[in-house]
Amino acid sequence: MSAQAASVALAGQPGAMPASGGGPAPVRIVVAYGFWIFLLSDIIMFSALFATYAVLSGQTAGGPSGHDLFGLRHVGVETLCLLFSSYTCGLGVLAIERRYLTGFYLAFAVTFALGASFLGLEISEFAGMIARGAGPSRSAFLSAFFSLVGLHGVHVSAGLLWLAFMVAQTIAKGPRDFVRRRLLCFSLFWHALDIIWVALLTLVYLMGAR
Amino acid sequence: MAELSEQNSASGESASGAAESAFSGSFAAYTAGLAFALLLTGASFLVSQTSLLWAPGVAAGLAVLAIAQMGVHLVFFLHIGTGSDNTNTVLALAFGVLVVTLVVSGSLWIMANLNANMLPPSAIMEMQR
Repeated sequence: MSAQAASVALAGQPGAMPASGGGPAPVRIVVAYGFWIFLLSDIIMFSALFATYAVLSGQTAGGPSGHDLFGLRHVGVETLCLLFSSYTCGLGVLAIERRYLTGFYLAFAVTFALGASFLGLEISEFAGMIARGAGPSRSAFLSAFFSLVGLHGVHVSAGLLWLAFMVAQTIAKGPRDFVRRRLLCFSLFWHALDIIWVALLTLVYLMGAR
Repeated sequence: MAELSEQNSASGESASGAAESAFSGSFAAYTAGLAFALLLTGASFLVSQTSLLWAPGVAAGLAVLAIAQMGVHLVFFLHIGTGSDNTNTVLALAFGVLVVTLVVSGSLWIMANLNANMLPPSAIMEMQR
């Protein structure tokens, strides 16, 4: 606020200044906004697969339905892993903004462990389903299920790779401006994956297991 | 404001300047978000596994809880709020929500109509003769 008042005083125009009159935004704001646009386009891509799943969820072709396949205890643990990893990821970004490196490494190590546990649980769930003859080629319902949940899993895997890369970059280069901008983008990506998981949990697992 | 912030970031001291802007939050916000998200997730599991809600209303209840939880994530984890520099972020989000709604509801609507107007397989066999 004081910075804004000073800027208005410099411009010699007392009173409210329109957002367009403030000059170029800081790099951090522009980068985060651009990454936000990417995340929204990613969510729109997911929405097409959600629509596909919603249309095909009843087409089991005589095969197993969601009620036969989904174990809610398993899914509950996956949900908790992802939720807590989102939380520790946010704490890690707070720590790096305050140049508290020990806290950052600790928070991101926990984030990685929780994300990897989520992925391990999901892979074991997929392997169990395929072993029971409920693979993606069994029915339209299962094709849609594996595309939708699998794409989310691919995103989580990419996120884990990115996380490991960013920790290595922080070790190599220190908490410099561009490193912290990339960490901010990573945290936005990770939170967006959690939002997609909420929709997935509700539509696929909670409604499907009833 | 922007000029001063840029000077700050050029000298490597942007942390305090960016603390109140979009996409950066506080420990209290994250912890509150985690608490709300846990509560809503627990409620979703409870509603789906018990007969707490009137059975035909369970799907609607789950949808409401999921949308509420997405809102909690947006506000407390992604820190999208009503601040003055949030305008562009919120506008982009509104457009994203519009497209997602069109894709999902449009697909469901069209496919339900197609299903309803589809000839039974026996009638198609009859027509091909």
